[in-house]
Amino acid sequence: MSSDKKDIDEVTGTDTTGHSWDGIKELNNPLPRWWLWTLYMTIVWAIGYSIAYPAWPMISGATAGVLGYSTRAEVAADIARFEEANAGISAELAAADLTTLSDNEDLMRYATSAGAAVFRNNCSQCHGSGAAGSKGYPNLLDDDWLWGGDFENISYTIRHGIRNEEDWDARYSEMTAFDDILSGDEIDAVVQHVLAISNQDHDAALAETGGVIFYDNCAACHGDDGAGNRDMGAPNLTDAIWLYGGDTASLEGTVRYARFGVMPNWGTRLTEAEIQAVTAYVHQLGGGE
Amino acid sequence: MSDTTPTKGFLAKHAALERSPTLLFVCSLLVVTVGGIVEIAPLFYLENTIEKVEGVRPYSPLELAGRDIYVREGCYVCHSQMIRPMRDEVERYGHYSLAAESMYDHPFQWGSKRTGPDLARVGGKYSDAWHVDHLIDPQSVVPESVMPGYGYLMDAEVNAGYAADVVATHRIVGVPYTEEMIEVAASDVLAQIDPDSESYDDLLERYPGAQIRNFDGAPGVSEMDALVAYLQMLGTTVDFSTFTPDASR
Repeated sequence: MSSDKKDIDEVTGTDTTGHSWDGIKELNNPLPRWWLWTLYMTIVWAIGYSIAYPAWPMISGATAGVLGYSTRAEVAADIARFEEANAGISAELAAADLTTLSDNEDLMRYATSAGAAVFRNNCSQCHGSGAAGSKGYPNLLDDDWLWGGDFENISYTIRHGIRNEEDWDARYSEMTAFDDILSGDEIDAVVQHVLAISNQDHDAALAETGGVIFYDNCAACHGDDGAGNRDMGAPNLTDAIWLYGGDTASLEGTVRYARFGVMPNWGTRLTEAEIQAVTAYVHQLGGGE
Repeated sequence: MSDTTPTKGFLAKHAALERSPTLLFVCSLLVVTVGGIVEIAPLFYLENTIEKVEGVRPYSPLELAGRDIYVREGCYVCHSQMIRPMRDEVERYGHYSLAAESMYDHPFQWGSKRTGPDLARVGGKYSDAWHVDHLIDPQSVVPESVMPGYGYLMDAEVNAGYAADVVATHRIVGVPYTEEMIEVAASDVLAQIDPDSESYDDLLERYPGAQIRNFDGAPGVSEMDALVAYLQMLGTTVDFSTFTPDASR
């Protein structure tokens, strides 16, 4: 077991550790040279790295490294590089009149592809990746608009949102919940009236009673004929497009408890050019006016 | 090769180390201690690791309850809360996360896997109704999602009686809650889902920027209320229009 005298294995001529099991001795081979050199190189590399990059903790901060590298500076430079590359066309888009955008083919192409990216990241979770919406979240592919579908109105809705608490300029309207105002029979009647004006199966007698109730309670926003009013975001009740369902049960729920869909304001999250881009994108999906 | 094995001098001493377990243990401990002092200790005193950021505040009791549900349901397994300083992440999720933004998280929810998107700045991005719809049945709003539904959160009530204990526990680990905050924690839970409550202004003073709404639209404080309240405040406390990052960090 002592290391001060060599115990050479007779067969291989190699030094042994002195350990022996049933006469079998453990050879004391040195580590392979390539392995040792790799180890030494990593040590040298580590020293060089700690000089070049931020590494050693000192009294008030870490050493900055001779290369002056910082992740924050890198990401800022990276973002600046792309912003600079797009600066010209972004400024042009931000200042563009969207109504004549389609005349400028290059700008239109840039706007719709940038707008598609903005839409996929921010809008698709509610309106769907194909913009077809789902229950409670409007379909943006059709030409049925709650608050208007021209460039100006789409842009305003994106910028300020709907019924949110963050932006005082958000579009706002609140339907009355008629649960406490109308009796059960009256609600049944007004639902039959809405079924009638939207060309669905209905009870004609009830619908006629409901027409009077509709005129007294609903027409102020939805219009005498139920065709809606975009100034108040009051939906058109005469078509087959329903945000919360057009069957008897859904309509009853809507009349009783009302609906209050909220859209966040994107004006504080998106840049001017991004708002223009996503407005152009939504407009060209099919329903733009 | 055998002749390169040193039998004398400094390098031969490793044989003595290797053959004495006690000595090896003591020396290993020494090496680990030095490593710890160099790598861990500076994080507690270096100014550039503890950036002071305006606006970061402790969680309100309801948000804290929501955070507990977030942890309980294992949301962190699929969602990170850590926007790294890279262009693609900043473009998608917003400003990269700052250390100070998770200073009141015990434990932090940075996560290490993104099956779903990062949630560090999800606050205010979607409506409450969307969060409720999405948590009940994710595929109803995002058909391509693989997230499971959490509809039962609507039926489980948050026990406001535990709020004071939870807040007090967080104070033990260093979150600066005051005596008053602990005392009124239970009533603050109820106040945050009721915009008409008398303590509206007091709640806002204790937790600036807290959102006070009936998040799930149903009566009572459900776990859904708590979780949505938590999600809706994530990443919203720092005003980045007034924040200038020190590029040396």
